[in-house]
Amino acid sequence: MSEQLLIESLERYFNDEMLPEEKAYFEQMRLENPELDHMVVSHKIFMDKMAQFAERKKLMTSLSSTHDHLLEKGSIAEDQKKISKGKIVQLWHRYKKTTAIAACIAGLTALIISGVISTFGTASRQTVELLSRDIEQLKKTQDYQYSQIKEATKLPEGAVVKSGGSAFLIDGKGLLLTNAHVLKGSSAVVANDQGQEFKTSIVYVDHVKDLAILKITDSDYQPFKTLPYDLKSTNVSLGADVFTLGYPRNDITYNKGYLSALSGFDGDTATVQISLLANPGNSGGPVFNKYGDIIGILSTREANAQGVTFAIKSQEIVQALQSWQEKDTSAVNVSALKSNHNLKGVNREQQLTALRQYVFNVKAYN
Amino acid sequence: MNSDQKEQQLLRGLVENDTKAIQTIYAGNFSLIQALVLNNNGSYDDARDVFQEAMVILYEKACKSDFKLTCQLKTYLYAISKRLWLKKLKHHGLFVSNTDLSILEPVIAVEEDLEMAEKKDEEFQIMESAFAKLGEPCKSLLEAFYIQKKSMADLVEIFGYTNSDNAKTQKYKCLMRLKKLFFAQYSK
Repeated sequence: MSEQLLIESLERYFNDEMLPEEKAYFEQMRLENPELDHMVVSHKIFMDKMAQFAERKKLMTSLSSTHDHLLEKGSIAEDQKKISKGKIVQLWHRYKKTTAIAACIAGLTALIISGVISTFGTASRQTVELLSRDIEQLKKTQDYQYSQIKEATKLPEGAVVKSGGSAFLIDGKGLLLTNAHVLKGSSAVVANDQGQEFKTSIVYVDHVKDLAILKITDSDYQPFKTLPYDLKSTNVSLGADVFTLGYPRNDITYNKGYLSALSGFDGDTATVQISLLANPGNSGGPVFNKYGDIIGILSTREANAQGVTFAIKSQEIVQALQSWQEKDTSAVNVSALKSNHNLKGVNREQQLTALRQYVFNVKAYN
Repeated sequence: MNSDQKEQQLLRGLVENDTKAIQTIYAGNFSLIQALVLNNNGSYDDARDVFQEAMVILYEKACKSDFKLTCQLKTYLYAISKRLWLKKLKHHGLFVSNTDLSILEPVIAVEEDLEMAEKKDEEFQIMESAFAKLGEPCKSLLEAFYIQKKSMADLVEIFGYTNSDNAKTQKYKCLMRLKKLFFAQYSK
């Protein structure tokens, strides 16, 4: 029997394909021939291993195809989206206690810090507001200088004073210049330095320039023939001495300073910066040079800095008056505001005595 | 049918290489193992390998006549996978976070199964390397006959032999070479 035939017989034997007689004969041979028996045993082992190998190979193939099949079906996932979601969920589960504690500490810290800031906050607030210079929010960083006035006699009954400020005559007949923001209400009364009140009507308002003109309509008013000051339209120099009269309170108040910059808040060319301690109520007050001529009108001050006040340039006033003239024939002639420098060379006290009667206290009401 | 019987049926399906049973087991357990591996420095490929290895071990166990599963399928697969993954991590010298893997100490003893699996693995490797050393066309011929269980007539057709006897002779020669290669490793 050749070996090949023998192996074939063996396979038939293992697979139980032999006929009974053949099988009996084969088993007999195994008993008689140890060499054959050994061969049978080793081949049996080999065939078993081969079968196991085959089974396992098959299983691995079907596992792989199952994996791919399920992946396609969506029963299991390996895509990137689920990874990140899984990771996040996993991280969350791992660190949620830590996160909660951290959040509590952060919340507490925030509360404590905000408490500290609100208690000792002035210093830091200034820093913040100084930074806000960059932002074009003129109104927020500047204080309008009007005062709340409570007592009034010529006010209509039941009228509530909304705002107040100063004004000065630009025409002896009773035309007053003030800031538009002073006139918060619908009408206004003015009082002179003696406290005598006069009814007025608002004849012109320019919100852009923040200028307004009031006309005294009261019969009690005694017109002035001339005004002792000039509306100076030439440029002023840096460092020039200036002074103002106004009504931060109900009595006329004098204040002096110097021109500290040729531009206003945030580089505004319509105004100049004056180093002068102005208070709410000074708005609308005239700014005089040392000769007693008007170089501007006080309008705003910087909220964060002491003594930084802004005045609208006299050129702006002239422009406003000109545009008013174009609209209204009854307007005051700008050229009328030319005086003969009556107050030049006169000392300050005398200047003030002369000027104070032309500056009025404005009380605007609804 | 209660869940126990269901699982027994699934295992029978696994032994018989039934696609539906394999799919059911796979779909029901893979995500758990995947999460286990991913949460412990593993990749998607690692998860896949570990799970499939665990499935093979389950299969080997289920093939034994004295087989009896004493716990849930899921628990068994989890325990096996965990050990397999720990072994791989150690093998690669990777850091094992104590907290995660040890918290869920296996409630069942799988050491014996793992040892058995290791032995089977070795045999599998030997057979695989023997096949690899065999070279073509012997490798394909034997694979077709013994693994894909094709008939002699099919082999004649696929490999272009003139007749069935020729194919038989060729197969015999190849088998003898494979046997030699196999025992060269196996008897050691």
